[in-house]
Amino acid sequence: MEPFKTHTGIAAPLDRVNVDTDAIIPKQFLKKIDKKGFGQHLFHELRYLDYEGTKENPDFILNNEPYRKSTVLLTRDNFGCGSSREHAPWALDDYGFKVIIAPSFADIFFNNCVKNGILLVQLKSKEIDELFDYVQKNKGAKISADLPSQTVTAGNKKYSFKIDDFNKECLLKGLDSIGWTLQFNEKIATYEDKIQSQRPWLVRK
Amino acid sequence: MGKTLYEKIWEDHLVRDSQGDTAIIYIDLHLVHEVTSPQAFSALRETQRTVRAPHKTFATVDHNVSTKTKDITKVDITARTQMDTLSKNCKDFGVKLYDFTDENQGIVHVIGPEQGLTLPGMTIVCGDSHTATHGAFGSLAFGIGTSEVEHVLATQTLQQNKAKTMLITIDGTLKSGITSKDIILKIIGLIGTAGGTGYVIEYAGSTIRALSMEARMTICNMSIEAGARAGMIAPDDVTFSYIQGRDFCPKGKDWDKAITYWKTLPSDKDAKFDKVIRIKAEDITPMVTWGTSPGQVIGIDGVIPDPESFKDPVERSAARSALAYMDLQPGTKMSDIKIDKVFIGSCTNGRIEDLRAAAQLVIGRRVLPGVTAIVVPGSGRVRKQAEKEGLDKIFTTAGFEWRFAGCSMCLGMNDDQLKKGERCASSSNRNFEGRQGPGGRTHLLSPEMAAVAAIEGKITDIREYVR
Repeated sequence: MEPFKTHTGIAAPLDRVNVDTDAIIPKQFLKKIDKKGFGQHLFHELRYLDYEGTKENPDFILNNEPYRKSTVLLTRDNFGCGSSREHAPWALDDYGFKVIIAPSFADIFFNNCVKNGILLVQLKSKEIDELFDYVQKNKGAKISADLPSQTVTAGNKKYSFKIDDFNKECLLKGLDSIGWTLQFNEKIATYEDKIQSQRPWLVRK
Repeated sequence: MGKTLYEKIWEDHLVRDSQGDTAIIYIDLHLVHEVTSPQAFSALRETQRTVRAPHKTFATVDHNVSTKTKDITKVDITARTQMDTLSKNCKDFGVKLYDFTDENQGIVHVIGPEQGLTLPGMTIVCGDSHTATHGAFGSLAFGIGTSEVEHVLATQTLQQNKAKTMLITIDGTLKSGITSKDIILKIIGLIGTAGGTGYVIEYAGSTIRALSMEARMTICNMSIEAGARAGMIAPDDVTFSYIQGRDFCPKGKDWDKAITYWKTLPSDKDAKFDKVIRIKAEDITPMVTWGTSPGQVIGIDGVIPDPESFKDPVERSAARSALAYMDLQPGTKMSDIKIDKVFIGSCTNGRIEDLRAAAQLVIGRRVLPGVTAIVVPGSGRVRKQAEKEGLDKIFTTAGFEWRFAGCSMCLGMNDDQLKKGERCASSSNRNFEGRQGPGGRTHLLSPEMAAVAAIEGKITDIREYVR
């Protein structure tokens, strides 16, 4: 995973609540066995007028300049709700999104993004309203996110956000999460020995 | 201070406690399916890692299997590649697979419980958000992404932050025709689709205690639609008698030991929850969704709400776009909505009890001409049991199609899909735009309500049938 420290990019406003994982990447594109190329199907039903994805919907934000090159997504409550499919962050990442800013995110989606080096910034609804106002008045405006200082900057306004220490470290270092856990390999083995005597019915061979 | 069911399981699974920071918890059971696992196995190969506990890992194919044929050569090539990939991965890494032609194949959340793999007090994960289903047994079960699937395969553990706890009690007697699906839809309508974000929900109360295991699974299954990764119900005698005798359940002395342990799991009387919600069973009516989010739900007696009546501007615009997508007008009676298709099945409502209840309502009746209605058993075993009881004949005589097991039209990854503009009464769990097929319109309801919708050709109040 690529480390994440800071990022500045054009912010695309996606003014919808409950953008679900089916909206982010519909099921017909989940049949691949690798992680590549999902970006072309990102927001498929919103982005295209036809099933094949040949006719762009001109009303959709990402089909208009300069938002085609957006790398920051500004959206509303409960973004990423629904399925646990990691294809959703894979599609966002493949399209080029590095930062997503919203008042709230679905739990599983949140974890999946951290594992893919995408920074999710959670701000208060009022602050999100201000950001929407800012990017709508300043078409193509850029927003910066700085992880070490946990701040987001839009124009001359700065917002602070919270993130737990572990997720912050994972993102900053681009940590191999399995490698991290395996440093506790002995503890895992000790635990397995313990359940063997305490809850033997869980031990299957 | 007392502990909650969640806290007890959490503590019993800590490999590394880190005082409020990210902990490592041990995973007792890992279920795997074809869609969210291929990249995890590939990554294991690339990093030259192995599956730490293959005997605690079980796989099946469910999301994109055909429910019309068991001939794999007739399945679309990309889906087949995923299924073949899973077969190869399971073979290479020593994981038990219930493949396409195995009589025990089925939806991962149906086969776990029916084989006795799912047990109280366990931690259970799967690359599928409806893993919450297994919480009905008093286990901590939740969905994970593919990176976490890889993590569990390699380490049999997960990095986790402790969740907040929410207690939802439902007390009293359900009125005739009201099911556990109506309970959970009522809850989602009440707390909203993000109401449970960050929480693990425990469902309790006399109404829950009186429910069968199948009905409890329906409730826990849709916890994720309320935003909660996990839902759980304390194990009791109903749980124990469901489990006893199943293939993988503990036997002999182990059974006695297990029961003793399981009985210590229910939340202590003085346990504290971060949030408590109380619901009266008699307030619950048959519930139907009208929009494109499971929280957009009302009782069958209701009318389609006017978006302008929503105070919150964001909710208002969500309601506007939902009604446009659903092609519904404010003020329309729920019971006046005509449907084109009916789907009975899914990990929410594809169990034997669901099929029995639906079959009861269609005996001697016929699916309205012009309506296509399909019944998709949740597993090969459910199908076999239903056939033994003659339910398949009841359904086919009434004009329903009787299918093989799979996820089917719940998410339309196979060829069971709605066409653009078609409207479906569905016993599944999500009514997102395009979920059951691009441009398709979904109304979520109980399998009983789905059955009568097929007969009437419109959303119908079940209470007219069960009086």
